Amino acid sequence: MSRKERNAFYARPWAGPNRHYDIFKEGAIALTVTAVLVVALSALFSSPDDPSLTYQGWAQSAPDNFYATAVSQLAGTSGTATYGPPYNNASDGLSVGPIALQKWTGVTHPVDTANDFVITPLTSQVEPNDVSAALKTWNAATADQQAKWAGDYDTAVQATADDNGLHLDAVAKGDYGPVPDLAKGLLAMANSGSYDNAMTAQQKFFQTDQTKQLLMMGDGSYMDDKATALNLQGNTWGMMNEAGSWPGQIWLAFWSVWYQLPAFNNADGGTLTDNADAIIFFILVLLILMFILVPWIPGVRDLPRWVPVHRLVWKSYYKKYGRASS
Amino acid sequence: MSTETTPGSHAAVDDFQPTTWTGSIRKKWLETLPPEKMLPENQPAYVASWIYVFGMLTITALIIVIASGCILTIGGIQWFHESSIGHFVNSLHFWSVQLFFLFMIVHLWGKFWMAAWRGHRGLTWATGAICFMAGLGTAFTGYTITTNFNAQWVAFESKDVMNAVGLGSIINVTNLGQMVVLHVVLLPLAVVAVVAMHVLLVRKHGVVPPIDAIDPEAAVATETAEVSS
Amino acid sequence: MNLFAIDLNEPATYWQIWSWIQVSVPNLIMIIIMLTLFVGALVLPFPKGRDES
Repeated sequence: MSRKERNAFYARPWAGPNRHYDIFKEGAIALTVTAVLVVALSALFSSPDDPSLTYQGWAQSAPDNFYATAVSQLAGTSGTATYGPPYNNASDGLSVGPIALQKWTGVTHPVDTANDFVITPLTSQVEPNDVSAALKTWNAATADQQAKWAGDYDTAVQATADDNGLHLDAVAKGDYGPVPDLAKGLLAMANSGSYDNAMTAQQKFFQTDQTKQLLMMGDGSYMDDKATALNLQGNTWGMMNEAGSWPGQIWLAFWSVWYQLPAFNNADGGTLTDNADAIIFFILVLLILMFILVPWIPGVRDLPRWVPVHRLVWKSYYKKYGRASS
Repeated sequence: MSTETTPGSHAAVDDFQPTTWTGSIRKKWLETLPPEKMLPENQPAYVASWIYVFGMLTITALIIVIASGCILTIGGIQWFHESSIGHFVNSLHFWSVQLFFLFMIVHLWGKFWMAAWRGHRGLTWATGAICFMAGLGTAFTGYTITTNFNAQWVAFESKDVMNAVGLGSIINVTNLGQMVVLHVVLLPLAVVAVVAMHVLLVRKHGVVPPIDAIDPEAAVATETAEVSS
Repeated sequence: MNLFAIDLNEPATYWQIWSWIQVSVPNLIMIIIMLTLFVGALVLPFPKGRDES
């Protein structure tokens, strides 16, 4: 029989033997089984709820890192400041060959790291004299002057880094203007918890967009280190993992696997690694399309015939009613 | 007004000449999915394997996902941090999602090796695959609204993927307000709609016969020919 | 509400299979359960039904 003839037969309403089958009864039993399983699992194992990180926690456990991050926001060298669209135009973002969707979409959610993360929060509350004086100096300066102060200080701070981290007491002397006082003021705000409040509200009454908060949080090492400790980084199958010992998202295996490939994980960078998120997304779109279109893909749609797992499914039927030879 | 016999019977459907949109829809519905096809009391004899229950199990898990989700909406998104009952309901939601994907994957494996798309059932497979993807998207937005460390990390990482392909401003995973309503309203509606389409297609086409099943009508015809010859 | 207090708050153990496959034990358990259910569904006998032709 040709494929067409076979399909015509499979499509016809079944004219062969039937059996008694109560779908709703099966459903009721299945629902009971599933409900019992879910309740039992919940009672036995509960569910994960790792408390969210705060800037206060960051400032208290890694103050030097918070301080240096504040400086990098003023200098425009942080991850967010150099991200590109949709936050700013500092870079073109990721692309796949000539397709640069990130760049083409443009800046649709503008973030000014110096103002949004440092100056505005500091200005939003009464500050000690040195900080308010620093704010005055900063605001009165030209953009070029601000960039020079912050850039020089950022370079000097980063220059103190060694295997043990930063050494803020060893920063080389120089003309950094109000930048050290601004960073100190922000660290103090974070230590007191008022930086969390300022960043949550962002001068609004109803504020439900955490974009700026997360960007600032992610620019330092605090959140990143916690994720590494919990095996949640992309290149350690983090997409599939969960905090603690709960099962994660095993259904994301087909996405997570690509981030493990050396080509997308080169420590020295390179086109594939630098654009991994975009390239892997397109690979996934292709895979998903193939998944949806399996019935029409020659070879793939023939696999069940070549690997006869189906003989187990219909073993009793074949035994009783026979099997066509082709 | 047209005369109507027993609703749903073939005679009734064939005789019924609709004069309204509503009537036309009814006729089309009853022709495609008459009651005996929607709610049959039997199945073909080859529906006799435990692999067939996994579609139903997936739906039961989805029912519990939605039910526990509805209770979570009453408490609000912070409830489970503050209340032990809330945390328990959150656990119901968490584990029913795990079972939903577990059962769905076993169902998918079964249907693949059974080549269940045969006999013009390609759309049944396609809608099933879309169910998987819709579930994946819904689960993902769920992970961004747990308002704990995991939500912070998931949102922070996944924003890079969305931004990389220019979708970051439309689907802003770091915007809690947007993610909550997507997860609670739009995406579950999409999932339920696709699942409904998938189930109706199964009912419409019937469960696919086994690979290389002998055509019962051909077998009878051969027998008849042999007897009369 | 954790009635029997099997605390999963501890960091998971990870299994390294080859240099690039690293899977958490809870995830591995879920995968094994899936495979077991699949194989079980294929080989376990299904109750005989009332036949109607």
